[in-house]
Amino acid sequence: MAEQVKENTVTLTIDGVEVAVPQGTLVVDAAKIAGQDIPVFCYHPKMEPVGMCRMCLVDIGYPVKDRNTGEAVLNEDGTPKIQFGRTLVTGCTQVVSEGMVVVGYSEKVQQARKDVLEFFLTSHPLDCPICDKGGECPLQNLTLAYGPGESRFNYDEKKKNLKHVPLGDLIFLDRERCIHCARCTRFQEEIVDDPVIGFYNRGRSLEITTWSEPGFDSYWSGNTTDICPVGALTTADFRFGARPWEMLEVASICRECPVGCNLTLNTRREAKSGGKMVVKRVMPRQNEQVNELWICDKGRFGYHYASADDRLTTPLIRKEGEFIPASWDEALSLAAEKMQAAGSRLVSVAGGQLSNEDYFHIGQLTEHLGGKAVLYSNMMGGDLTTKVGMGPGSNLADLGAGDAILVVASDLEEEAPLYWLRVKQAAERGATLIVANPRATKTDRYAAHIIRYEYGQEAAAILALSLDRIGDSDLADESFKQAAKAFAEAENAVVFFGSEGTGMAQSDALSKACANLLIATGHTGRPNNGLVGVWDKGNVQGGWDMGLQPSATLFDDLKAAKAAYVVGADLAGDNPAYKQALAQAEFVVVQELHHTATMELADVVLPAQSFMEREGTLTSGERRVQRYYPAVPPAGESKADFAITAEIAAMAGKELESVSAGLVFLGIVGKFKDYADLDYQALAEVSEQWPIIGREDLYYGGTGYANHQGLGVLLGTAAGRGEPVLIDGFDLPDTGVDGLLAVPVTRLYDQGNNLRYAAVMFPRIASSYVSLNPADAAGLGESVVVELNGFQVEVALKLDENVPQGIVVVPRSFGLPISAPTPVVVKN
Amino acid sequence: MAEQKVTGHHILLRHRDIPEIGEFEVYTAQGGFETFKKVVTTMEPEAIKQLVLDSGLRGRGGAGFPTGRKWMFVDDNNWPHYLVVNADESEPGTFKDREIMSKNPWQFLEGIMCSAFAIGANDIYIYLRGEFWQIAHELDRQIEKLHAESLLGEKLFGTDYALNIYTHLGAGAYICGEETALLNSIEGIMGQPRLRPPFPPAVGLYGKPTVVNNVETLANVALILEKGAAWYRSFGTAESAGTKVFSLSGRVKKPGNYELPLGTTYRQLIYEYGGGIMGDGKIKGIMSAGASSAVIVATDEVLDTPMAYESVPSLGADLGSASVIILDETVDMRWLINKTIDFFKHESCGKCTPCREGTFWMQKLTTRIASGDAGEADVELLHNVAKNMQGKCLCALGEFSTMAVASSIERFSEDFKV
Amino acid sequence: MNALQHKYAKDIEKVLAKYPADRKQSAVMPLLYIAQRDGGYVTKQDLVEIGEILDMSTTEVASIVGFYTLYHDQPAGTYRIQVCTDLSCALRGADEFLENLCENVGIKVGETTEDGLVTIEAVMCLAGCDKAPMFQVQSPEGIEYHENQTVESTLALIESWKQEKED
Ligand SMILES: Cc1cc2nc3c(=O)[nH]c(=O)nc-3n(C[C@H](O)[C@H](O)[C@H](O)COP(=O)(O)O)c2cc1C
Ligand code: SF4
Ligand code: FES
Repeated sequence: MAEQVKENTVTLTIDGVEVAVPQGTLVVDAAKIAGQDIPVFCYHPKMEPVGMCRMCLVDIGYPVKDRNTGEAVLNEDGTPKIQFGRTLVTGCTQVVSEGMVVVGYSEKVQQARKDVLEFFLTSHPLDCPICDKGGECPLQNLTLAYGPGESRFNYDEKKKNLKHVPLGDLIFLDRERCIHCARCTRFQEEIVDDPVIGFYNRGRSLEITTWSEPGFDSYWSGNTTDICPVGALTTADFRFGARPWEMLEVASICRECPVGCNLTLNTRREAKSGGKMVVKRVMPRQNEQVNELWICDKGRFGYHYASADDRLTTPLIRKEGEFIPASWDEALSLAAEKMQAAGSRLVSVAGGQLSNEDYFHIGQLTEHLGGKAVLYSNMMGGDLTTKVGMGPGSNLADLGAGDAILVVASDLEEEAPLYWLRVKQAAERGATLIVANPRATKTDRYAAHIIRYEYGQEAAAILALSLDRIGDSDLADESFKQAAKAFAEAENAVVFFGSEGTGMAQSDALSKACANLLIATGHTGRPNNGLVGVWDKGNVQGGWDMGLQPSATLFDDLKAAKAAYVVGADLAGDNPAYKQALAQAEFVVVQELHHTATMELADVVLPAQSFMEREGTLTSGERRVQRYYPAVPPAGESKADFAITAEIAAMAGKELESVSAGLVFLGIVGKFKDYADLDYQALAEVSEQWPIIGREDLYYGGTGYANHQGLGVLLGTAAGRGEPVLIDGFDLPDTGVDGLLAVPVTRLYDQGNNLRYAAVMFPRIASSYVSLNPADAAGLGESVVVELNGFQVEVALKLDENVPQGIVVVPRSFGLPISAPTPVVVKN
Repeated sequence: MAEQKVTGHHILLRHRDIPEIGEFEVYTAQGGFETFKKVVTTMEPEAIKQLVLDSGLRGRGGAGFPTGRKWMFVDDNNWPHYLVVNADESEPGTFKDREIMSKNPWQFLEGIMCSAFAIGANDIYIYLRGEFWQIAHELDRQIEKLHAESLLGEKLFGTDYALNIYTHLGAGAYICGEETALLNSIEGIMGQPRLRPPFPPAVGLYGKPTVVNNVETLANVALILEKGAAWYRSFGTAESAGTKVFSLSGRVKKPGNYELPLGTTYRQLIYEYGGGIMGDGKIKGIMSAGASSAVIVATDEVLDTPMAYESVPSLGADLGSASVIILDETVDMRWLINKTIDFFKHESCGKCTPCREGTFWMQKLTTRIASGDAGEADVELLHNVAKNMQGKCLCALGEFSTMAVASSIERFSEDFKV
Repeated sequence: MNALQHKYAKDIEKVLAKYPADRKQSAVMPLLYIAQRDGGYVTKQDLVEIGEILDMSTTEVASIVGFYTLYHDQPAGTYRIQVCTDLSCALRGADEFLENLCENVGIKVGETTEDGLVTIEAVMCLAGCDKAPMFQVQSPEGIEYHENQTVESTLALIESWKQEKED
């Protein structure tokens, strides 16, 4: 907003403060910019104004113009004559105009605020002392400022309503506290297009209800508790957990998906945890370039794994089949010795949620020992995003009319909810959205063009979108041609590629086809143009950036390994084949937070710290590097991953920084060109954001946190530096199978290791299932046996007309071992 | 009871002059649909709008806005346009549109058809309150007939003009008479009012330019186009042209609809046409615009006031939809305000705070006051709450709800003495 | 195709034809009437099915039922006698009429007769103010007005329904 102020501005006065704001600004927003408070309840800067709560009434005057000359009429003292309206006006619906005079502090307006507040309080219970919102409640605050000392309403006549209504598993409603501002329902409808809560009845009987099955079934539900201006909506996770003023705030970054939403962890010292600091809740932290003011429920409620009771707290060594607690020294020297001895037969496997510092060290150590470092991911193309990624100066919020976005092989809301939201918003601003996916997804609703290719044909479909290849494609109908043209002619164009139905081979071809399309259409090397990987885990991009890569031969690598060093990855839990392979490896070192299936195969177990207990950096799908900070003390003797690796390295004869993540980062800066200009300081910088939110006037933006700890930095790209970018040739993968083909897809709420610890999420996580087109399901019951990769698993069968015939859709991390399209047998 | 003749000719209630005008053949025998044909084949929309403006026709739905002017606001840079007919008629004391639609339907239909042509609309939605289920079914049949007679459909009279009419039933919500709530209701969402501006002629149904007019307003149009603006202006007063259907109800001997020139006095309506007060009792008050109305103390001077847009405000009330409710000495004003608040509390849509909470609160207070259990402080508080609501609500319903309350307490203080 | 669609395909098609193709949601009120015709009230299953037909969430459909008073989310008598007791009618004896009627039928306002035939309710203005006492009858057949009523005429009406039911 700050940049726009210069052009097309309007100057007005708000309670004596003159302010220049962009044309079209609402009076309440202008007041915010001027630092003058106009209280609001229903208005929220991210939503269309509705003017229904009437809290923002102000007196508005306009300069009087002479009818004939059009000149401003002046008072005797030479000031412009101002004509005020007959009635007060809602500042949230009124757009500013030149010379406008807004009065909020007159007696008339103050009285109006008192009156409106009194109306609110006729129905509101007096339960602030036991209310979850107490201490961060706009109504409470405004009542202190304007409220009547005593109620004129007969207390016995107050509307009695239910106080603990579960709207679903995650959100509770206190009907008595609801002030009918419709923020929650508008958020669900307008912002995330998931209208599963709504008003029922009318007048004073209006109440928020949900009729969805299960109730309030939305990935976004937690956000409604942030913007609810009273204590009507609370989360099942936090209700009655703590008072806001007792908690500290620590900045963090979510690692559940590649978006990298900015978080604030609220912590408190707690008696029931033995006086320890614990995380009480996860809140969104504003970053208008990443997650605005929102986070998804997985990020909000999924954090419990990091503070679970069964954390590994001490190193373990297997002796005669049993794990025996050991000293760090003992465990580390054993690990170092075996890894050193393995030499080129050392395989290091790093999970997708480690920090950049961790990857860097794993890479350094493995390289030093001559082994092979593997990034545990099924997606390729992380090298291409470094070449033709989004680049500095990009912000998805800038995309709109004249721009194009291609989303391919991704059920975007499931894979990366905030990317989905920002793509949706860009489409609503006029960007041409092209969705290419074999099945329908929620993203289709905003698409100008929908391309339905067959599973396995993703790269071919994208290749054909380059206009010179379009003739080759049997998809090339009119809409496809228009899509190709729109993309080619777009001012700016961004491609999101995900992992719907792809394994490494398909992902490799797809990412290259996407990069190729961007290069062919001239959409690289400029802000707001480029390739974004919708990675299968939160910091896969960081892994690539630190030089790690997935391995297509991981099974064989492990089988042949003399030593395997597995960090933050549950290979055995994901796939029985890995379990067998690891069992064959000679020596296995596992660095983990919890007890996992992989850990059971370990010879040495090294307890690692969770993200809450340490600091580090992550790199998002857009390649924004962001910092997170320690919030609670480490569990037991656990150490940060990079520190553990550094200590092994030291014993194996390689000096690595083992104390400070910031110092490790200096090593990264020295080694990788894209990171060259960075340091922890730069990552912690903030600049002014719009809307202005914060702890002072919670009524405006909600209880989400302002960002004081860093907006992160977008990395440069090869194309941005003008380096020539070439995409090597690639083979289009062969997908022809007789019979059914199983394809992996992603569900946000999977059965993976993170959500396993979030009790509130359990009811939301589906049990294991596969989906089939009804036409393929003849004779099959509700429960089927799936034969996949030589394993048999019994799962539920869902029928879904969206699934193409011949395809079995298998969600990842639901107990079925699948990492690529695979022939499959489904039987009763 | 209300079928008695009125001197002069009816414009709207023509079924009282011409029996069986509800039959298509009878209506056409009177020259029916000739005007529509003339309009479509020979007239320019601009000229029609001008003619209607010149006739002085003002909206009969309550606000009295000049109809021709409203039509001229329709945004010609945004298409398609819609005509929406407001047949929600839910104001207590109002029952005129029901009679027009059920007794003189063809004139009503011809009126809306001419109006649609004037604003460039190809689709008309008639929004009827759900209770008018039977009327809607009749209208559906009549619309079918018009299709069969090639008076609706594509390429009318060989021109490129196409016109369709659809009925849409509400389902019991007074607020849906408010034009933007009505549009929401057609769009399939809760019938709560929208912010205005933008007004419907700029952004209306489905976001497109839309004219919303009352049934009675539009039932005049075909005759105005046939006979001219000057003819229409020959009825009524300078600022209130034409005739108006007055719905007379309450404590009178002969309640009913009376179509009279605007400017007729209350005395004429009540005593000449309405037969005077029941039981020849004494008149106490007049509600000039249904339950939304401020209550006027019925003095002689008041009775001699002409019923016109420009004169009723001097009595501290409005002409509104001209639903005249008569109160006699048997009526206790404490009971009256309790009745009106019951209605508004029931009908408040709940969107804005002052109306949602204020009607709820006033209902508690008026119930107590009507039962005689209240003290002077309660009456004062009630008055204060009503006043606090004024000027703060999102739509006029909230404001309406305070009218009878505040005016009764102010003008009939005797009734509130404890 | 769900049950409602199956049963009322023609009616639904006719309703949908009234509105622009991309504005299907407009058909929610007419479809609710169709659903309600079936059982006298709207069931949760109806909400789901109407939502499916019109691409609306169940909650969005429900909010319509909640907002408008002519839709019912609870079963009641086959015939709902809805007496206007609003201002104008009340000035002409509607309240007494309702009271007497209830007394004669033997139920209270809002209640249903034991045989499930009749529910008596008080409603707001029905635009029949000059013909009080008056009421409307909401039944599976639609809505019918009855004006200038007496308790006797109403009881006779109820009796005629009973006869009809027995035949
Ligand atoms: C609460 C409320 C209820 C209304 N009810 C009706 C109604 O039942 N019928 C009607 O024609 N206008 C009603 N109106 C007025 C309409 O909003 C609108 O002004 C009118 O339909 C315009 O038509 P006209 O210009 O022909 O009068 C109502 C307004 C409000 C605020
Ligand atoms: S005044 Fe407010 S609550 Fe009342 S009907 Fe209008 S918008 Fe709804
Ligand atoms: S009416 Fe303006 S903030 Fe609610």
